[in-house]
Parts: sequence; C-alpha cells; structure tokens
Amino acid sequence: MGNWAVNEGLSIFVILVWLGLNVFLFIHYYKFYDDGPKYFYTRKLLGSALALARAPAACLNFNCMLILLPVCRNLLSFLRGSSACCSTRIRRQLDRNLTFHKMVAWMIALHTAIHTIAHLFNVEWCVNARVNNSDPYSVALSEIGDKDNEEYLNFAREKIKNPEGGLYVAVTRLAGITGVVITLCLILIITSSTKTIRRSYFEVFWYTHHLFVIFFIGLAIHGAERIVRGQTKDSLEKHDIKFCENKISEWGTIEQCPVPKFSGNPPMVVTHPFKTIELQMKKKGFKMEVGQYIFVKCPKVSKLEWHPFTLTSAPEEDFFSIHIRIVGDWTEGLFNACGCDKQEFQDAWKLPKIAVDGPFGTASEDVFSYEVVMLVGAGIGVTPFASILKSVWYKYCNNATNLRLKKIYFYWLCRDTHAFEWFADLLQLLETQMQERNNADFLSYNIYLTGWDESQANHFAVHHDEEKDVITGLKQKTQYGRPNWDNEFKTIASQHPK
Amino acid sequence: MGQIEWAMWANEQALASGLILITGGIVATAGRFTQWYFGAYSIAAGVLICLLEYPRGKRKKGSTMERCGQKYLTTVVKLFGPLTRNYYVRAVLHFLLSVPAGFLLATILGTVCLVIASVIYLLAAIRGEQWTPIEPKPKERPQVGGTIKQPPTNPPPRPPVEARKKPSVDEEEAASAGGPQVNPIPVTDEVV
Repeated sequence: MGNWAVNEGLSIFVILVWLGLNVFLFIHYYKFYDDGPKYFYTRKLLGSALALARAPAACLNFNCMLILLPVCRNLLSFLRGSSACCSTRIRRQLDRNLTFHKMVAWMIALHTAIHTIAHLFNVEWCVNARVNNSDPYSVALSEIGDKDNEEYLNFAREKIKNPEGGLYVAVTRLAGITGVVITLCLILIITSSTKTIRRSYFEVFWYTHHLFVIFFIGLAIHGAERIVRGQTKDSLEKHDIKFCENKISEWGTIEQCPVPKFSGNPPMVVTHPFKTIELQMKKKGFKMEVGQYIFVKCPKVSKLEWHPFTLTSAPEEDFFSIHIRIVGDWTEGLFNACGCDKQEFQDAWKLPKIAVDGPFGTASEDVFSYEVVMLVGAGIGVTPFASILKSVWYKYCNNATNLRLKKIYFYWLCRDTHAFEWFADLLQLLETQMQERNNADFLSYNIYLTGWDESQANHFAVHHDEEKDVITGLKQKTQYGRPNWDNEFKTIASQHPK
Repeated sequence: MGQIEWAMWANEQALASGLILITGGIVATAGRFTQWYFGAYSIAAGVLICLLEYPRGKRKKGSTMERCGQKYLTTVVKLFGPLTRNYYVRAVLHFLLSVPAGFLLATILGTVCLVIASVIYLLAAIRGEQWTPIEPKPKERPQVGGTIKQPPTNPPPRPPVEARKKPSVDEEEAASAGGPQVNPIPVTDEVV
C-alpha cells in the first residue's frame, strides 16, 4: 500500500485537481446562469436547460484548452529537459501524457453530450414559443424583437414550426452549423481511436485524428453569434423585474416597465423614425466624456471617408452610441449596409465592420461644477445634450446628494422635431423618472419650434389646455418661434440671485 | 493503408451511431418534442444496430479481440447467414435505417454518423471483406498416457545416441547438413 501511494500518489493528485476544477467550473457557471436578474427572462423561456447548456460549455472550454498540451512533444521535451524546475518525480508525470490526453478526451465527450442535449431542449422550446405552441408568457417574450426598437430574446426569429424549425435553426445559425460539424468530427475521432483500430490500423487513427484542426476552428467561432442573451445592464436599471414580471402585457405602456432590451453582441443598429439610425457599439478600452464626438468610417461604404458624429450615450453606459440622420450618400450607404432597409432582424454578425477614431472634443464636464446650468441647443447642436442629460440622469440616480447640480434649464430650438424624435423620447423618459422621484423641477426644458404653419397653429390653439403637449407628448408645452432671450435671462437671474 | 480492414472501423462507427441514435431518441421521446415518434423509432433502430454490430467479426490476419460477452450475440447474428455476412447488405441496411431519424434535430446526428458507417461498410464490401464469426477454438483434449514413453532398454551406462542408431547414419548426415533442425533422437517433453 505504501509503495502504491509513493508511486501513484502524485498522479492521483493531478487527476483530482483536474476533476476538482471541472466540478468547480460546472457549478460556478450553472449558478451564474441560474441565479441573478440578467438571465431572468431567458430562464422564463428556457428553464434550467439554459444553465445546463452553459455549464458544460465552460467545462468544454477548459478541457479543450488542456487536451492539446499533453501531446505537444516539443513542449514536453522542453519541460523534461529543464532540470532547474522541478524534482524528477514531478517531471516523471509527463510520462503519463497519453493517459491524461485520453482522460481529457473522455471528459470532452461527456460534456459535449450534456451540452448538446440541453441545447436540443433549448432549440425545441424556443421554436415552439415562437410559433405559439407554448405557454402565453413564453410566446409574449418571444415577440420582443419584432418591433423596430426592440432587441430579441428568443433567437428563433423565423416562424417555422418544429421539427423543421429546429432543423432550420441548426443550419442557418453559426452556432448550429459549427455545432453539428465539430460534434461529427469529435465522433469520428473517437471511433477511430479505440484500441482495436489504433493497434491494428494505425493510419486510420492517425489521419482521422487530424480532424482536430476542423474541430478547433469550429470551436473557436461556435459562440461568435452570441445567440444566448441576457438583459442589458441599461435595461435592468430601467425595467424593474420584480414589479414587471407579471405584467408582460403592459410592457412598453407603463413607465416602470419599458420593454426590456437584450443583448448578446453589439454593435447594434436601432432604427428611429424619420430616417435616423442609432449605432450602439462596444470597444475595449474606450473611455468617453460627456459631449465628445468620434470619427466613424465604414469600409463597406467607403474605404477613405471618416465622418464625425457626436456621442449620444453617457459614459455610465456600457456601450457608446451615435445617432445618424440619413441625408447624403455616405449615410444612405451606411443605412443599406446595416440592413436597415430590410424588415427582418439582421444578425449582429452580419453587420458591417465600423472603424472608430476618438473620442475627441472638449468635454462638457463643466456642467457638473455648477449648481444652476443653462443649456441651449439649436438644431443638430442638441446632440451633445443627449449625452449630457443622460449622464446627469445616471449621476442623479446613483448619488443625488453629492451632485452639485441642482437645476437645469434646457432650451431646445429646432425647425421641427421630426429629426429629433429620439431625443423627445429621452426627454419623456427623464420627465417620468423625475416625477417618480418627486423632483419634477430638477430639469426645466423649453422647446421652441421655429417652423410652423397655419394648420399647426390651429391645432395648438385647440389643444392648448391639455396636460401633455400634442407634438412631443411632454408635460412642458412646446413654444413657437424664437425665444425672447432678454426675458429668459431676466427670469432665471431673478430666480437664482447670487 | 493497404492492410486495413475497413469493416473494423465501420463496425466501431456503426456501434457509436447506434448509441447516439438511442440517446437522441430518448431526448426526443422524453421531452415529447414535436413528432416524437421519430424519436421512438430512433431508439428502436439504435437498439437493433447495437445488437447487430456488437459482435466483432474475425479479422483476416492476426487475432481478434472479442468484445466482452459477444459470443451469445455471435450465435444469433450467425443465424442470418448471408444477410449479416455480406457487407453490401449491411451498408444498405444502415443507410435505410438512418433515413427516418433525419427528420428530427435530436436524432439527425445519429443519422449522419450512421450514413458515414454505411459508406465505410460499402468500401469494405467493395474490397471483398466479409463478416466471419469468431468461433471458440475446440480445445484439444490431452491424451491420457500419451506422454508416457517406453523406458530405455539398456541399463546405464548407455552409449551416446549415434552408437545406438546405426542404420540411419546417412540420414543423420543429410539432415544435419542443412535445412531446419531435425532432432536425431525424438525429443519428448518430459514435463509431466
């Protein structure tokens, strides 16, 4: 017994550490997808099959990383030769490389089986929910993403029923195609590696084993499309799950429950009315300040043109966005390249590559150093204020007492609000949120429409007494013509003596 | 690669396909997926294939490792004669069995694997391979008393062999000159 322990002890220890890591990864990622709000709605659709598919995926990542190491002959020779490192007993473990390779291979086979089976359930349930063959809640969740401003939760967008629906998902989605191909490679590798084949027909084993190249290429891009989606951080802040969970039919109509946004992979393109698109992107190491701008190039449209756009997102958000109005040939080209002219949802991985330079420009950080600020934006100049107002809002939500800023006077002058409908939406959101927090006076905004005609004037006169403005839907009424600055300045000065 | 017997690999692949068909079929049936009866079919087909493929055929060269407990199934499979012996039949059978499982996503992997096995079997059949059952070799019964020889007739000391066997001197010389070793005295195994 003592001899056995001395001889085998270290090997057993290595195996136990490896098994322990597998178990830890499995449980950790199972909990990650099974608890927490981010995947709450995903779980409503898929149940525990979600976590059961992601946990073995994590183990697969780990084991596929390990499997090539024991068969890297040069690496092993190097480790054996470097006598500086470890005792001979430790280095002798390297002699057992093939056994370890086989054990890891069997673990990969096991996790592949669990992963595939769980995803079979996922695909079946997702497709069923899409074609109304499921409980009403799942059906309603699957419909998110049909409208323009929404991002989908259920990755089955086409309404094809099972079993063709499932097969369709498997052959059209990147994860489906790569999944089937690499599982096939894995099975062929395993059947040609059994002892009988290896001992008697070595060439079959050897040549078939080279399918591992295809396996790894497929594995690398298997998750690129990111079809398993969770709610974005941004959306989690706006959409209160506990309150909204059971009110799915009212999402989008009541203030506490805007339609939740899900994301797997920005960039995302959101179309807004009146030929405006919003590009949401993420880039590693990107740091922005309020009111800055970036240069954008789309090689698909033009390899040389860089165009500046003001950032409309706040630094507190986990993505950065620009709003682009379609007026010329470059913007038109971008519109088409992003597939905005098509009705159906475009997969994120089909969107064109965008090059981003920046951010540049003087930040408008000064706005946070004063107690009372007056922001005036005319026409397209209102765009930096989207960023500023959003940032002010995030700061207010997070830390209201520390914020020096107590009052904002916002003046927005434009010919018509059509081009800036999206901005009106933002103002509406801020308005409702402020009302909730009983601080309706924090932001006072005045919108001046300088272009108006007879019929509009009549319309306004008739609806003068209504609570909400007819054009913007905001509580504060739109005014017409240009502001009388002398009056404005006088009023503000008198309200804030000092 | 000229030495390879493709049937051996086809056999492994078909056995694996059978197991995958069973697994996929269980998933589809237990989950009551749409048109789950294809899943039920898949389980049945998978079981049939596993039973058919479990007994390994005998290799032409060298010895074949039997699978554990395969001799019972060997007798059954042997009964079908040419249907199981001929690999063309197996190739066609596997291909036909795989088709209905291709309608469900859960079992389509089994279909593809089985088609691959069918192709390899076709290759084996073209090369003239056949399934021969591994039969247990009849044990040779030890002859009772076969090792008992006549005791020597002369008492010791006995002259060496050559002196005793006088008439066959020429034969001895011819034999010992070349060719395989021919023992002058019949050599017996004295282990009791």
